Amino acid sequence: MTEILIQLAYLFAAFLFITALRALGRPDSARRGMQLATFGMAVAVIATLFQARIVSYEWIVVGAAVGAIAGYPLGMWVPMTAMPQRIALSHAFGALAATLVGIGEYTNGFSGGTLVRPTVMALGLEVLFGGVTVTGSLIAFGKLQGILPGRPLIFQGQNAINVLLLAAGCCCLIWLIAFPAQVLVFSAMVAIAILLGILFVLPIGGADMPVIVSLLNSYAGLAAVATGFAIDNNILIIVGALDGLSGFILALAMSKAMNRSFANVLFGAFGATGTDTAVATASGGEMSATTVEDAALRLAYAERVIMVPGYGLAVSQAQHQMRELGDLIENRGGDVRYAIHPVAGRMPGHMNVLLAEAGVPYDKLIDMDEINERFVEADVAVVVGANDVVNPAARINPASPIFGMPILKVDDAKSVLVLKRGKGRGFSGVENDLFVDPKTSMLFGDARQSLLDLGLQVKEA
Amino acid sequence: MPTTTIIQLFVFMLAGFVGVQTINRIPPLLHTPLMAATNAISGISLVASLVLAGSGDGVLATTLGATAVGCAMANIVGGFLITDRMLSMFKRTKTAVVDKAEDDASSAVKS
Repeated sequence: MTEILIQLAYLFAAFLFITALRALGRPDSARRGMQLATFGMAVAVIATLFQARIVSYEWIVVGAAVGAIAGYPLGMWVPMTAMPQRIALSHAFGALAATLVGIGEYTNGFSGGTLVRPTVMALGLEVLFGGVTVTGSLIAFGKLQGILPGRPLIFQGQNAINVLLLAAGCCCLIWLIAFPAQVLVFSAMVAIAILLGILFVLPIGGADMPVIVSLLNSYAGLAAVATGFAIDNNILIIVGALDGLSGFILALAMSKAMNRSFANVLFGAFGATGTDTAVATASGGEMSATTVEDAALRLAYAERVIMVPGYGLAVSQAQHQMRELGDLIENRGGDVRYAIHPVAGRMPGHMNVLLAEAGVPYDKLIDMDEINERFVEADVAVVVGANDVVNPAARINPASPIFGMPILKVDDAKSVLVLKRGKGRGFSGVENDLFVDPKTSMLFGDARQSLLDLGLQVKEA
Repeated sequence: MPTTTIIQLFVFMLAGFVGVQTINRIPPLLHTPLMAATNAISGISLVASLVLAGSGDGVLATTLGATAVGCAMANIVGGFLITDRMLSMFKRTKTAVVDKAEDDASSAVKS
């Protein structure tokens, strides 16, 4: 009887989760949707506590209390600019939980002599996906947080080693399916997964992180699916499938927005090869620097302004200054929009969250396809800390390594103002023709300070 | 292959289709909240962790289980809090000031 009630509770929870994801399709219903999901989670967890297999609660309480205390700062104190690394870190947490459960269930089955082939297969997939996600996410976290260098770390024969490791992992899995009770093989598989996670993310550069963070999201979900198969639990299968697909869809969308195949992101080590060809694609020409006063004057009398934020905005935490400048221009009667490139930043939708945090209404955040038609009418396009996503070479120069990548057509605007820290190149190491375009003026300096100064000047103009 | 496994494969496939349909409708505007949200609900592995931690199958299983409970719980608590924090920032412009005021009022009541 209890078992049936538990299953019905899971069914209800699954309904709530799917409803929540549907509600996430519109910004005005999204928040209520997530409250439904929270409720669904509570239902699933409470139902589980009544399971017959649970005989003691003390360690559950200890673990849950520690987790809740650790989770609170992860939810409330992390700044929005640190969102990519925060997500990467919690992928590691989620996957670690799945991996530990996999190991625990295997040892249980081993000592009880109850290991059967389908279960072992599921447990094997669980620790494979879980292990890769744990270390992969930690490396991604390290790179995003700046603990590890963000550039691709590559060595000779890296891809060959990764493929061999993956093959070895699969062999272990097949071996286990044939002979389930082999603790050594199982341990070897865990070790391989952990190593593979490290080696797989190390060669990936900072600008490719949106794809990797999404892909790790997907793996974490698949690990949950495998757990569900292993312990016969439908809610895990359903939620894991939603999670896994969401990550996969985002990863595909991100690589499409970079005009690169999945395989190229994973095995290409873009930044390393891009630098060599970059010099050849430079068209020459001088950047023309401008002063804050001149730039502010142009902004103050512009009718249509489009702001183009990039990762540099997140680095200098200048989203509030950008919104303030936008408000000042609007107060003078100008129209201000914000152009969002899908891969601007370090995770899908990164810029949207930053600008929403600064108080920019979401109907002013315009996606690439829609805003691209409007650049022609724009008096000034203000590029802040973006580089590759506005590089016209992607459209016109077939020799450029980023050729074919969809970009924001900033060069269509009547004039362009670029706020940039120095004269360096973008993450792909490609020279940017936009910066030497005659209608572009460069304002060098920290983005935050420049935006602040521009705001002050616009106010006085 | 046991019948339950077959049924589970059906569940997996159907959930997958529902997932694709639902997630494709989510605009790029909300992709970061989507990721935070799926991350929070992937804490559903708490369900499996709870069973392992409470099953009393020896020290190793209990330790692994309790650690897993901690990790999954951190994901759930942190994930839902940050998703809500993020979504509360997405506001419309003045054309919808009335709605916004209502939203603020209702969220004030809730908190």
